[in-house]
Amino acid sequence: MAIAEQQPQGSSDGSWHGIVLQTLKRNEINLIPYVPDRVLTPLIKNLHADPFFTTFATAREEEAVGIVAGAWMGGRRGAVLMQTSGFATLANVLASLAVPYQIPLIMLVSERGTLGEFNYGQSLVCRTMRPVLDSLALEHHTITRLDELEFIADRSIKQAVTTQAPVALILSPLLTGGKVFDK
Amino acid sequence: MNTGNTKVMNRFDVTSRLIAKLKHEEAVIGGIGNTNFDLWAAGHRPQNFYMLGSMGLAFPIALGVALAQPDRRVFALEGDGSLLMQLGALSTIAALKPKNLTMIVMDNGIYQITGAQPTPAANVADIVAIAIGSGLASSAWAADEKDFERLVDGAMAASEPSLIAVRIDDKPGVGTTRRDPVQIRERFMHGLGVRDPL
Repeated sequence: MAIAEQQPQGSSDGSWHGIVLQTLKRNEINLIPYVPDRVLTPLIKNLHADPFFTTFATAREEEAVGIVAGAWMGGRRGAVLMQTSGFATLANVLASLAVPYQIPLIMLVSERGTLGEFNYGQSLVCRTMRPVLDSLALEHHTITRLDELEFIADRSIKQAVTTQAPVALILSPLLTGGKVFDK
Repeated sequence: MNTGNTKVMNRFDVTSRLIAKLKHEEAVIGGIGNTNFDLWAAGHRPQNFYMLGSMGLAFPIALGVALAQPDRRVFALEGDGSLLMQLGALSTIAALKPKNLTMIVMDNGIYQITGAQPTPAANVADIVAIAIGSGLASSAWAADEKDFERLVDGAMAASEPSLIAVRIDDKPGVGTTRRDPVQIRERFMHGLGVRDPL
């Protein structure tokens, strides 16, 4: 598949979310359950607008993990969008479903809790994320630079699928701008 | 709990009745614990998936299968305690309206496998009312075994997701699933035609 065969609205502007959308599409990932996050809003909006994707909200992040796990076993690829605090709810489903059943779970985590966090609870929950990933020896990358985004995301998705192992792509405020104190 | 005059049935018996009706390689997702033990005991099929953890995710996993293979009927078996962990999944399914998904809830009001402690919903909440309130209009209590079979027949012909709730006794599962997650997943994928064996 060509890298830039189709450029739907909002995805060809070189923005981080445009690159993410195109990378998902190129890797035939079309089922996108999510629990929303302010930073992810433009990505979620453009995913909803693109009929290639089935994009919908779930009540909890582990529910979304169950959905993409089932879809993958049925031959359809998905990815879960969430915030740092949502990842913190996933230790059980990672350890009892994604890892032991060898499901290539693709997680995109908007990172809150660092680089200007204004909510103490968010900064604390952020500190639990990488220890949980490391405790299960899960592949994870923190993406900070726009020029590295496509390479890391594309290669990580392909590695997840071919090795049948989960991956977490952590979208740093350095990449997305993050969420800042506004009132 | 308003379950009317529903008969108290047995999980293994009801599961066996469901399996006997499956003639078209329908997928069946068995929730954690006794629910998938009885699915296993009812006779292994390549289209069965057995959960060994992730309590509460039988319906979400089944939803994923249903979305991936819209031409295949998908059944999910879940205990009442498990469902209580993930009630939001009912609204997600109601919103997406998969035509090929049937949810079956085995309701004994207890966490049988951990020592038969009552669930918080026991004697106060009605699972069918919760499902209807979540947007799943096609939800019903099975009055007895014959009614269960009738509801399954109806669900198989339906064009919207269905939920069937069954009052069951406090008996443990009849068998024990072989706890080999990779083999369970791989065989399930073979059964769904996603992969060929090595």
